[in-house]
Amino acid sequence: MSADLAPHFPPRRARVHEACGPGMTGFAAMLAAQLEGPVLWIREYWRPEALNPLGLSDILDPSRLLVAQVKDQTDALAVAEEALRDGSLKLVVAELGEPLGLTPGRRLQLAAKDGRSTGLCLISEGNGSNAAETRWRCTPTFDPEGLDSTLQHWDLIKNKSGTLGFWHVRWDREAHRETHRLRVVSAPGERPGAAHATG
Amino acid sequence: MPVSDARAFCPGLQTRIADPAGDTRFLHALRRWATRYCPWVGIEGEDGLVMDITGVAHLFGDEPLLLADLRQRLARAGFGVRLGLADTRGAAWALARFGEGEAPPGRMAEALAPLPVAALRLEPATATALQRLGLRTVGDLTATARAPLTRRFGPEVMMRLDQALGRQPEQVTPLSDPPHYGVRMTLPEPIGLQDDVMAGLARLLERLCAKLQAQEAGARMFRLTLRRVDQDAQEVELRLARPLREAARILPLFARGVGEVEAGFGIDQLRLAAVQVEPLPVQQVSSVPQGRSDQLGDLITRIGTRIGLENVQRFLPADSHIPERAFLIAPAAWSEPGGPWASPRPRPLRLFPPEAIGGTGPRPPARFRWRRMALETGRATGPERIAPEWWMSDEAWRSGLRDYWQVETRQGRRLWLFYTPQNPGWFVQGEFP
Repeated sequence: MSADLAPHFPPRRARVHEACGPGMTGFAAMLAAQLEGPVLWIREYWRPEALNPLGLSDILDPSRLLVAQVKDQTDALAVAEEALRDGSLKLVVAELGEPLGLTPGRRLQLAAKDGRSTGLCLISEGNGSNAAETRWRCTPTFDPEGLDSTLQHWDLIKNKSGTLGFWHVRWDREAHRETHRLRVVSAPGERPGAAHATG
Repeated sequence: MPVSDARAFCPGLQTRIADPAGDTRFLHALRRWATRYCPWVGIEGEDGLVMDITGVAHLFGDEPLLLADLRQRLARAGFGVRLGLADTRGAAWALARFGEGEAPPGRMAEALAPLPVAALRLEPATATALQRLGLRTVGDLTATARAPLTRRFGPEVMMRLDQALGRQPEQVTPLSDPPHYGVRMTLPEPIGLQDDVMAGLARLLERLCAKLQAQEAGARMFRLTLRRVDQDAQEVELRLARPLREAARILPLFARGVGEVEAGFGIDQLRLAAVQVEPLPVQQVSSVPQGRSDQLGDLITRIGTRIGLENVQRFLPADSHIPERAFLIAPAAWSEPGGPWASPRPRPLRLFPPEAIGGTGPRPPARFRWRRMALETGRATGPERIAPEWWMSDEAWRSGLRDYWQVETRQGRRLWLFYTPQNPGWFVQGEFP
């Protein structure tokens, strides 16, 4: 369990970050909820796993979302670069299926720097680019205490300008302000009174 | 007359399906052509044109010569026409349809007298009633006392008669031409550089945008046709995310399309047309932000030139309890953000086509394999029963009712499972964050 999440999340602006692991969609949605304005979500149209706006509505307002359906990774990267450079969007999320090389990664990084907007690539594990500023591995975690069902384990596995760390977070949908809904919690089994709960 | 009756009269009859919309389009085209004779040309009913040739007949010699010219040109194009020429619109209508010919100036009563009363543009019922009274021709009608006729048939009959005889004025309303949003530029020397084409395009855009400005319209789609020296033509299409008429903003959006043009030996003509035009009223400039920003619209256009404008989409709520149909996907360029979004029950973040897993019985299986992962159920919440919408046939919902469960596995993944009691089986359809 690392110290404060605040210096690391939301990750640095005007940079491109990466997220992997089974919980990466949730990570992207929670990041979008922390930032304001419209969000562009780039996905390849033939992938079966579609976003469900109703599920998203617990985390952020789906009307902020624009979805670009592209045919392959080349188009996805071109659209991401265009959108990052434009700067009218605070966050651009790209779902990438294939490994990302150093050159395209660096191009995205430069585009994000020009447009002062944050980029997030959702990659499969091990497909990341060296140019990424940070890389997060997100895994949903089973909570035996059953407080609610949003417990996640976020592992910062690459950081160009700081230390690594890991956190357990959950999403508090009752909190008033959208930016305050992310709660850092102790790992299951390490909480006070956990011994009684699990026996 | 039904087709079968017509066939009985004329066995060799050929029939075609009527196309009123096509006929109207053709009539409008003919109207445009007819402006070569006079500027005042209007549409008369469904099958006629009316022309006010006051003051133009001498350009073609005289009135009979004008008629002959008109008839000859149309005959050469393969049309049979019936022409009538008179001092008033009503008399010309009557002559064209019932007499065909020319009424001498000021002597319309004589020319119209032998024509049947239907030539006065009367309702068929009125015309029949007049004939039953023995008033068969216009001449009979003129000779009858006016007051009893007005009492019997209302003012319409006398008004039509007066209009035909010129006692009451009637105007020809010319149809105005729809504005034409196209400009062209022909060059004395062929050009081939991208910058030159863009410079020419900038001049064309300036002229076109002035036209759009005057009509308070904005273009949704442009087509730039570049004609090359070898008579080949290349087209660049630009579709915009929102109607625009600012040349400075449209020009950079063309850059990508113009870059892909093959110039060959050079381009000597540029033609720019706004193919789709929408009304774009002038708006009050205000400090309060309204709707989408221009910058975002331009970004959507630029992305659209690469992946197609309909592939930039947004979600809109829909009224359905079927999870796959609880939202609509609409092109962002033609929709506004909608809301509110609320789901009464938790819904997964990702939806995919149902994937079968092993399991029996109405309770979620304690252990199952999904995507080559061995998973163990830690906690299950449910069931939530969703019935198919019987008013819509949906292939995916043929298996009947579904009992949905939120299953939290001990491995961490939180899945959305459903059980189909009518066709026992377990499926995974979504994943929670």
